Amino acid sequence: MSNAEGTPAVSTTQPVKFYQVGSFAVGNRLVDPSLRTVQADAARTNTITSGHRACQGCGEALGARYVLDAAMRATEGKLVAVNATGCLEVFTTPYPETSWQLPWLHSLFGNAASVATGVAAALEIQGRDDIRVIAQAGDGGTVDIGFGCLSGMFERNDDVLFVCYDNEAYMNTGVQRSGATPPAARTATTEAVGSEPGNPFDQGKDLPRLAMAHGIRYVATATVADLHDLEAKVERAMDFRGARYLHLLVPCPLGWSSAPEDTIRIARLAKESGLFPVYEAVDGEVTAASAIRKLVPVEEYLRLQGRFRHLFDSSGAVARTDMVARLQQLADANIERFGLLQPEVT
Amino acid sequence: MLSQLEGSRAVAAAVACCRPQVVCAYPITPQTHIVEGIGAMVKSRQLKHCRFINVESEFAAMSVAIGASATGARAYTATASQGLLFMIEAVYNAAGLGLPVVMTLANRAIGAPINIWNDHSDAMAVRDSGWVMLFAEDNQTAADLHVQAFRLAEEMSLPVMVCVDGYVLTHATERVDVPTQEQVDAFLPPYKPRQVLDPADPVSIGAMVGPEAFTEVRYLAHAKQLQALERIDEVAREFAEGFGRHSGGLVSTYRVEDAEVVVIALGSVLGTIKDATDELRDQGARVGVVGITSFRPFPLDALHEAIGDARKVVVVERAFSAGFGGVLSTDVGLAISDAKARLSTVVAGLGGRAVTEAGLISVVEDALADRLEVLRFLDLDKDVVDRELARMAGTRRSGPSAENVLRDLGTVASRAL
Amino acid sequence: MEKPFAITLDVGSSLANKTGSWRVERPVYVDRLPPCNDACPAGEDVQGWLYHAESGDYEQAWHQLVRDNPFPAVMGRVCYHPCETVCNRAQLDEAVGINAVERFLGDQAIEQGWSFEPAQSSSGGRVLVVGAGPAGLSTAYHLRRLGHSVVIYEAGDLPGGMMRFGIPKYRLPRDVLDAEIKRICALGVEMRLNHKVTDLPATMRDEGFEAVFLAVGAQLAKRAYLPAGDSAHILDAISLLHSMEGTSPPRLGRRVVVYGGGDTAMDAARTARRLGATDAVIVYRRTRERMPAHDVEVEEATDEGVLMKWLSTITEVNEGQIQIEQMVLDETGFPQPTGRFEKLDADCVVLALGEESDLSLLTGMDDVEIADGVVQVGPDLMTGHPGLFAGGDVVPAERTATNAIGNGKRAARTIDAWLRGETLREPDRHELAAFEHLNTWYYADAPKTERPRLEFARRTSTFDEVVGGLDETNALFEARRCMSCGNCFECDNCFGVCPDNAVTKLGPGKRYEFDYDYCKGCGICVVECPCGAIVMEPERV
Repeated sequence: MSNAEGTPAVSTTQPVKFYQVGSFAVGNRLVDPSLRTVQADAARTNTITSGHRACQGCGEALGARYVLDAAMRATEGKLVAVNATGCLEVFTTPYPETSWQLPWLHSLFGNAASVATGVAAALEIQGRDDIRVIAQAGDGGTVDIGFGCLSGMFERNDDVLFVCYDNEAYMNTGVQRSGATPPAARTATTEAVGSEPGNPFDQGKDLPRLAMAHGIRYVATATVADLHDLEAKVERAMDFRGARYLHLLVPCPLGWSSAPEDTIRIARLAKESGLFPVYEAVDGEVTAASAIRKLVPVEEYLRLQGRFRHLFDSSGAVARTDMVARLQQLADANIERFGLLQPEVT
Repeated sequence: MLSQLEGSRAVAAAVACCRPQVVCAYPITPQTHIVEGIGAMVKSRQLKHCRFINVESEFAAMSVAIGASATGARAYTATASQGLLFMIEAVYNAAGLGLPVVMTLANRAIGAPINIWNDHSDAMAVRDSGWVMLFAEDNQTAADLHVQAFRLAEEMSLPVMVCVDGYVLTHATERVDVPTQEQVDAFLPPYKPRQVLDPADPVSIGAMVGPEAFTEVRYLAHAKQLQALERIDEVAREFAEGFGRHSGGLVSTYRVEDAEVVVIALGSVLGTIKDATDELRDQGARVGVVGITSFRPFPLDALHEAIGDARKVVVVERAFSAGFGGVLSTDVGLAISDAKARLSTVVAGLGGRAVTEAGLISVVEDALADRLEVLRFLDLDKDVVDRELARMAGTRRSGPSAENVLRDLGTVASRAL
Repeated sequence: MEKPFAITLDVGSSLANKTGSWRVERPVYVDRLPPCNDACPAGEDVQGWLYHAESGDYEQAWHQLVRDNPFPAVMGRVCYHPCETVCNRAQLDEAVGINAVERFLGDQAIEQGWSFEPAQSSSGGRVLVVGAGPAGLSTAYHLRRLGHSVVIYEAGDLPGGMMRFGIPKYRLPRDVLDAEIKRICALGVEMRLNHKVTDLPATMRDEGFEAVFLAVGAQLAKRAYLPAGDSAHILDAISLLHSMEGTSPPRLGRRVVVYGGGDTAMDAARTARRLGATDAVIVYRRTRERMPAHDVEVEEATDEGVLMKWLSTITEVNEGQIQIEQMVLDETGFPQPTGRFEKLDADCVVLALGEESDLSLLTGMDDVEIADGVVQVGPDLMTGHPGLFAGGDVVPAERTATNAIGNGKRAARTIDAWLRGETLREPDRHELAAFEHLNTWYYADAPKTERPRLEFARRTSTFDEVVGGLDETNALFEARRCMSCGNCFECDNCFGVCPDNAVTKLGPGKRYEFDYDYCKGCGICVVECPCGAIVMEPERV
């Protein structure tokens, strides 16, 4: 507090640019309403309303509402959604109940992108392309069975925003491995047994980068832990016409064997460890990356999930240091590639 | 307007007059000329207000059509054989959702072995999908049925498939009275969807239905098809009024009035059958022909009536169910009330093999003489199959028999086994 | 639109499915006790008034504050802010500058001329307060607000007690003190200066007071026996500081020794510097760690050039010189003489060895227990004599102005209850809002704002206030660093993070409520509540 040389300690005037909770909370009574998230608004669309059958703490239910409410705001309610088969579709439309509050179509597992192409084409030909189209699918319906249709939609540059809710496995069918399952993760088809328990290393698809390779207008990744970032990306996506892709990490308490209350915390750690890089790309080139705020080692993220339990011993210490080290390498590679430890330019 | 043109082009012209709004297709022989024709019309702006989309697979083609149709746009696609199977999930889906998509199925054999020529095995693979399936006998009907298909589909909220024999019809040049835009506009009103994706009145389409209601949903699909039975004839009549010719309907009959033998078939083979019938009639045989236009819904009553008192029914079909027998024949069998009537299945024309008048004549003669077995493969090369069967009995090695047959026929150079 | 049976469904029909039935535990909004509130000796609702200050509602913040403490401008200058010591924010970056914001509010009130809310209607109870120091003034204030009629008898010629006569001007400018005292009197408190009570029982009996609050403080300097020559210049710190209120400051000479290690010693030394002493030396028998003076006092004194002589006792005082003996701490921490001596030049010695109370006015009151020179009281601050209450430096307690003010509030409430023939019921104590309950991710990085300080040269030559206040921008910034521990501040997180839309937003100021029809009990709201204002309770079966 004091200054030994006797020079005055002058209090510098700090600009009151942030509030108690800065830009991280959903809203805040002290923040101008225009700076709050869509979710803070009592009049938000609640595009997925209550009564759906998602598990307690479901990251996908939350993520989908985040994306669609933001998209409804950005399009002034002129939005049509096409959904692939999967958890999101199943828990929202068990006859006779639906929780969707917007026009919604479910066709098959692998064709969400194509169906959306058809919807967009119809709207355009009817002179109603002020109405925008969102296609949504889980990771299975995007990177595996849906990939052919998705790739076709991308290369034709059809006017569709495709959102992948990535919970890193086929959850609705009982937690089986998909092309998005991370290495070392336990699933029902990559059990945690043997000398290399869990999903093998050196497999899997990086859909965001595949999307970028198609040269589509806009690609972004996001998580349910950073709502401001996610909403900004949805809004930005709606400014573009043509094919767009959003890859959203959504923890699944059931499939990841994590506590339901940890869903957002885990998504946050995925980003803060570097395992899930959050970034944006325009016309195939990365344009911005969201910096890590408080870097954590990957084990902090892994420890909260039972699907990685086999990497730890009963006291909670890392037992498979080799596998954790390899995961750390993946995280470090992301940090390097996307510059995740650079301070952001705001 | 009278024209001498390839069947595909006639179909394309007819479809274009129906003002489709979204056309999407994936290339597959032998439908490709159809969509190429439409594509060119869209590109030259001859066909306006239409989006032509080059999709990356047939599965995508039907999916795009589903999305477009659910959004209130008139959607059309075309495929054949392998392509139909690739999109089969979506084919069932379109029917289940009640979307009035119209599709041309350019009938082609299904592999393995791969075969690009005409038979009806592809159509048979989707007969339970809930689509209305209409078979064209010639290029005129092929064109006309598409116009009726859009009308029927949109009135009933059902998808309709028009089956046009690959190569035989699609690539054959015939004289066709191509419908004009004015005629079609008078006959086919703009599409008014029953259910549609619209932010002004949002609904969720495609819910998951459990055991408690699934049976009822499926029953309703059945009931709708039965309604279609009536409507198909009505639409054909209305078409006749507007276009001045008869096309379509449930069944067509030829010289059945006093027939002792009735020959039944789908599609273009009916032309040859009628020629054979004329020949036989000249010789005094009492032969008649019934062509089934509406394969689904299956016209049991109309067929029953058409068969009348004929004591022998011969079904000539370009498909079969391995290990069992005829496919169409089984359906026809239900229409025969006279227990004394004898039903025979003649499997002919598989994989594009020509069905000859001579071959048909000999079949009917055998039928008249009670020499026709329950299941006959027309023009089967018995030597080849006997040799292969003997070989299979001799060796226990697995492998495609096709290669062996081809070798025998000298199509493929021999290699020491 | 014609909807095919079962294939197509109407919007929002899922609301028929009350997923609340899935729960085994339910979230409940709570208000936990913020550690700052808990630590404040005056019982201020610190979080509560910071909440208003954050939105720029300074007047409302001030009103909230003075509901518990009528002296914010004084507090913002002299309080040792135990609230900041326990502030949870210190575990994140640095404690919130609560004290600085309190001072800002107090100064604003004076500048803007804000007044207290008017007192409740008179209840007729008549209470005497003996002593117009912080304890007495605080009691009078609170009693007056509760509707009682209050009279203060002050022996001195000016009110304020140790706030005026113990705390130097450079820490507490007199105009600030006067303004806040004047405001209390404006509520309708009668104050008689130069009116010493010598016989309390007589006063109580003759003047018809129904209750009395004894707040005479401890203003007699403790003495020590020091061998001294005739011309030795020895005075006590209390008298020194007291005399600073007069017109002619005392002359201490160039070298001043202050004997003692408390806050008063620091004040005496710093005052000596300002009176022209080139050397001001604290002589203390133990070490820095053991000295009772608050750290901030020691640091400011050191900054101003006050020197410290540890482990030393004065054995002799002569004119111009003193003799000190070096001490050493034994195993129990008690200083022991070493037999080694030193001489130190000194023009005067100021004794700052502690203060005692003048309790002569209690003579004859056998039911009042006095031990160790202080009056013993119960938790309700009542002495053994019914209707006689006491607080401040005169009872066993930490001797700070804040504590005295806190006593005043407490006493007013217990007196109020006693006058009505009731016992004061303590409200239930809420669970403490510990750091573990917070989700600190949501608090933006914001280092503490430092208050401006007077340049060193000016500090030692004038009695101008050493520590300045924050301007509005900084005060607002600082207030907004508060994490609102345990109390909802409407960040909308719970409303936003529920996957089932089971939180209803009730409107500004009205917080939220859970929709238990749909809440599945996942607990995300609990984890993501930044301030820990939600807990999970087992579901009632």
